[in-house]
Amino acid sequence: MLMQLARASLWNRKGTVLMTVISLTISIALLLGIDHIRHEAKSSFTSTVSGTDLIVGARSSQLNLLLYSVFRIGNATNNIGWKNYQTVKTHPQVAWSIPISLGDSHRGYRVIGTNEDYFKFYQYGEKQPLKLAQGKVFAGVYQAVLGSVVAQKLGYKLGEQITLSHGVGSISFTQHKDKPFEVVGILAPTGTPVDQSVHIPLQGIEAIHLGWQSGGMPAPGKSISAEQSLNMDLEPKVITAYMLGLKSKMATFAVQRQLNEFKAEPLSAILPGVALAELWQMLSMVENMLLLITALVIVATLVGIVTTLLAGLKERQREMAILRAVGAPASTVFLLIELELLLMALLSIGAALLILVVGLWGFRELLASQYGLFISINPWHDQTGVLLSAVLGLTLVLGAIPAFLAYRRALASGLMVRL
Amino acid sequence: MSEYTDLKIPALELKSLVFSWPDQAPLLNIPQLQLEQGQHLFIYGSSGSGKTTLLNLLAGIYPCQQGDIFIAGQSMAALSASKRDKLRASSIGVVFQQLNLIPYLTVLQNVLLVSAFAKKIPQAEQRARYLLQKLGLDQQLWQAPANQLSVGQQQRVAIARALLTQPALLIADEPTSALDHKHRDGFMQLMLSEAELCGTTVVFVSHDPALRSYFKFELDMEQLQQGVQPC
Repeated sequence: MLMQLARASLWNRKGTVLMTVISLTISIALLLGIDHIRHEAKSSFTSTVSGTDLIVGARSSQLNLLLYSVFRIGNATNNIGWKNYQTVKTHPQVAWSIPISLGDSHRGYRVIGTNEDYFKFYQYGEKQPLKLAQGKVFAGVYQAVLGSVVAQKLGYKLGEQITLSHGVGSISFTQHKDKPFEVVGILAPTGTPVDQSVHIPLQGIEAIHLGWQSGGMPAPGKSISAEQSLNMDLEPKVITAYMLGLKSKMATFAVQRQLNEFKAEPLSAILPGVALAELWQMLSMVENMLLLITALVIVATLVGIVTTLLAGLKERQREMAILRAVGAPASTVFLLIELELLLMALLSIGAALLILVVGLWGFRELLASQYGLFISINPWHDQTGVLLSAVLGLTLVLGAIPAFLAYRRALASGLMVRL
Repeated sequence: MSEYTDLKIPALELKSLVFSWPDQAPLLNIPQLQLEQGQHLFIYGSSGSGKTTLLNLLAGIYPCQQGDIFIAGQSMAALSASKRDKLRASSIGVVFQQLNLIPYLTVLQNVLLVSAFAKKIPQAEQRARYLLQKLGLDQQLWQAPANQLSVGQQQRVAIARALLTQPALLIADEPTSALDHKHRDGFMQLMLSEAELCGTTVVFVSHDPALRSYFKFELDMEQLQQGVQPC
């Protein structure tokens, strides 16, 4: 009966109710949307690299090493020796390794010097390997494999020639013009920084820097042509970092310690999972801030709704008197107002979820192609239920104010309300 | 009322009822008032004479401060607020001067509203239809929202609602004040005859002395305040 009353009463005031529901829907959608993006960002973030047991680079903080080796952000403090890398590769626990050489770019996208093991062993997400969308892995020195975003944004096709730049800015004054690379493969999208990378063989990195003096331009008259360099020794002397897959996870800490105590040169070996978690903790401060702001938006919306309810109470005094006259206890008045609020909140939650799902579905393509973001269209997470219960609880707590006032008035004014 | 001294339980009985607002002289002081089943009482008095307070006491909205009110033998003073609410739902019907209906419910829903709060009413819907028909409301109006009805129609629906439970007592607070002359007389006759059929005692409040002729018993609030023994 109370339910029927509440429904009919809401329907009777559908104009105001609709506006109330819309404003509440917007704030709830905002809350759920931000929470969803937070989850998706975290999962996409932590799935950037998987299956790799250790990342090894020059001695530095684990965050720095993680940022430049996996996220292509920032620069290495130093290079590490190729010879030592060869030694580590022979460690009995090492199952596979991927060498990485950074420092060049192509129109703002980082260039990764590596070898074919990168395409064999690098994993992201739920241990998914990299897949080629077109073409094949590089085989020659002057060949490149592009990440999906690079290929799409710059409109590159297989067979095109690209020129690399020295340094990592999007505008570079020193180009490796004399040694262009041919695009031989394009990777399938992964939603990780791999999409924004240009991959070339380590020998290619070596070749374009032949004749360069340490840290700068080639000496005048000493430049070496692309053909000439092919006949030279292209084995790298240094690389930036390498990733290791171990035969046994149990050995990870032991190997990490051995590498950190490596005698020949100072190395840092990090566990990507631990470093990712540490980095995420720093970022989640911002996320929590955002969530807090959204929570305040919801509170503000609810306070607005309660204000509207309070203003409308006088008009409903007659209604309440009629209910009292037919024998409704004063508590019915309280319950009716709370129930109406609850219905509006539930309606808003339903609408917000619908808007989110439809919105995410609609913008999925755009987000994937423009930003390399792969967002699930299911906005429901473990804590979503808790969040929504909190919204409902808050609605009822704030709604208790007008409900209680109506209750008190119903008790005091009696039946004969003169209007 | 010496002729009614048999063992029948009175529909309404007031015993040394005194009511006063905080820090004020007593507004009401009724030593004794008794109405048998089917007897109707006309209460008149100007505003401020305590009519409204008396009705709220009779309906069990306000608790008895001193003395007691018996509805069909049931003492009000002995009941808690929620028990008085239950008693009101089952044994007391109320009709206001106007705006008796919840505007967003249909006519039939309004009549049946009381069934949500009263003890189970046997064949409530059937009785509601019967009463609406008897009170001259077209069947096509039954599913219409209450606010589409004329004032006269609304007042008749209010009577149907008040009589649904066949209450011992019907409290009518100037229900004719919004009606014109012609409708007023029709309304009075309908209300009293239906109340008689239900065996309901009517307590009717008005400041319109023209309606006095419908009632055998009357109570003047002003005389009451001067300590005159009623009835």
